[in-house]
Amino acid sequence: MIRVKNLSMKFDDFTAVDDLSFDVAEGEVLGFLGPNGAGKSTTMKIISGFLQATSGEVSVCGLLVDQDPQKVQQIMGYLPEGAPAYSEMTVWAFLDFIAQVRGFSGNDKRKRLQAVVDQVQLKSVLHQVIDTLSKGFVRRVGLAQAIMHDPKVLILDEPTDGLDPNQKYQVRELIKSLSKDKIVIISTHILEEVSAVCSRALIINQGKLLLDDHPEKLEKQSRYHNAICLQLSEGVENSVKSLQGIANIESVEQIEERKYMLFPRSGQMLLPEVVRWLDKQGWQVESLHLEKGRLEDVFRQVTTGELIPQQEAC
Amino acid sequence: MNLNMTSIVMRRQLHSYFATPVAYVFILMFLVLSGVFSFYLGHFYEKGQADLNAFFNFHPWLYLFFMPAISMGLWSQERQMGTIELLMTLPIGHSNAVLGKFLAAWLFAGIALMLTFPIWVTVSYLGDPDHGVILAGYIGSWLMAGGFLAIGSCMSVCSKNQIVAFILTVVVCFLFMVSGVSMVLDTFSLAPQWVIDFVAGLSFLTRFDGIARGVLDIRDVVYFIALIGLWLYLTKTFLQRVKAN
Repeated sequence: MIRVKNLSMKFDDFTAVDDLSFDVAEGEVLGFLGPNGAGKSTTMKIISGFLQATSGEVSVCGLLVDQDPQKVQQIMGYLPEGAPAYSEMTVWAFLDFIAQVRGFSGNDKRKRLQAVVDQVQLKSVLHQVIDTLSKGFVRRVGLAQAIMHDPKVLILDEPTDGLDPNQKYQVRELIKSLSKDKIVIISTHILEEVSAVCSRALIINQGKLLLDDHPEKLEKQSRYHNAICLQLSEGVENSVKSLQGIANIESVEQIEERKYMLFPRSGQMLLPEVVRWLDKQGWQVESLHLEKGRLEDVFRQVTTGELIPQQEAC
Repeated sequence: MNLNMTSIVMRRQLHSYFATPVAYVFILMFLVLSGVFSFYLGHFYEKGQADLNAFFNFHPWLYLFFMPAISMGLWSQERQMGTIELLMTLPIGHSNAVLGKFLAAWLFAGIALMLTFPIWVTVSYLGDPDHGVILAGYIGSWLMAGGFLAIGSCMSVCSKNQIVAFILTVVVCFLFMVSGVSMVLDTFSLAPQWVIDFVAGLSFLTRFDGIARGVLDIRDVVYFIALIGLWLYLTKTFLQRVKAN
């Protein structure tokens, strides 16, 4: 259990974290969302014991971080922002150093190193100097470092930044497979990642907690939730206005030529009615799909207060 | 304090020193210059004495530029690369990290110093020197190197830029060296005697003078060890400050 209570962090006259409180239970994967400079990294740095908060407290499994940093660090794996590593060392030498710090020695150490290397797929670059690796590999070296001792608590600051889609997929699978009976906190800009791996999402901005919910529930707050994206075949554009006649439609917006977004009145299901209507009118439909809701939309709304423009394709 | 952690940090740092050819070039330069100094400036042959006075006498000046080069990267490089965040969130502890890194630098300096052994072989071949005196000289010289490096460690934590760390270290070390010279002490002429004695007592040069002649006074040993302790303590204090920014 991680408990963050009334956490504040001030740098001179700049407030990076402002009275932040939340709990994370075992088995949860918490996604930390927010624009750049929202205070995500700062919060993670405080939880990891790197920075000391101006006020408030953080406890990890009952241990206060600022009183017992070393004990907390023993049960925690931390991937700092940008995945820093000693660039002049080879991957193997670097991970060997981490394994030693984590208390492995002899045969145990070799076995553990081998297992971690397999888990994050570093075999091909094992004896390369870290300086010469691509961004994706450096990130994976950072992940390997964080999971070396199979920690109870994993704090990952932007774990998939700079990875290609395949690597992103692998890392997400890895996080999912690790997350059983662990506490995982990840920060990310990539919202699809939150839906893919997180069981809970926190949106923060200017150091303040704005939303805290299950990613699916957050999606429901989007105005796109249960909206219908409709593409009509040629010849019926002119009568599109009549769609407004469907009882539960709030508004109809044109996205591109012959493509429309139908927004429901809040909480109403639109699909059955629209299908009936289309059937009755005998309109040819090229495609139709139901929107689940867009996290990006919610994210934009809560962090900037503006609505997402409609031009974006569905 | 955890000796195991200290040793892990130390070995990693040493590994980094030798990971690039820079370390070997550095040692080579050190050996060449220490030779040049003792033979040309110290007139090792012309003196015709069976001791290494001519060799040791130039060590403070040699160290003034070589030791800051060893220590400049200790912390500034970690800050520059961001690895300081990794190092400080591993369960190592600040004291162990500071001590481990310093010991690596000191060991590196020790290796460079040990490789000057041909001059000892030379003097043994040419004459019949007092080996105890030479050993005392080596130990004293290594202790003084530790003093330079501890100052360097502290300066390195103060800047992200290695060059700045280097220059700061040279400046501070220079002040420590010359504080015993009469030119400096004259500026304190109006101060009470104990102040003058104190300033003079800080000087590496005064301390090392005896050591170079093979007199390893216990007070000098205590002085250098205390100096190392003090600057390492300052390193740790600054480290905590620096992290917060």
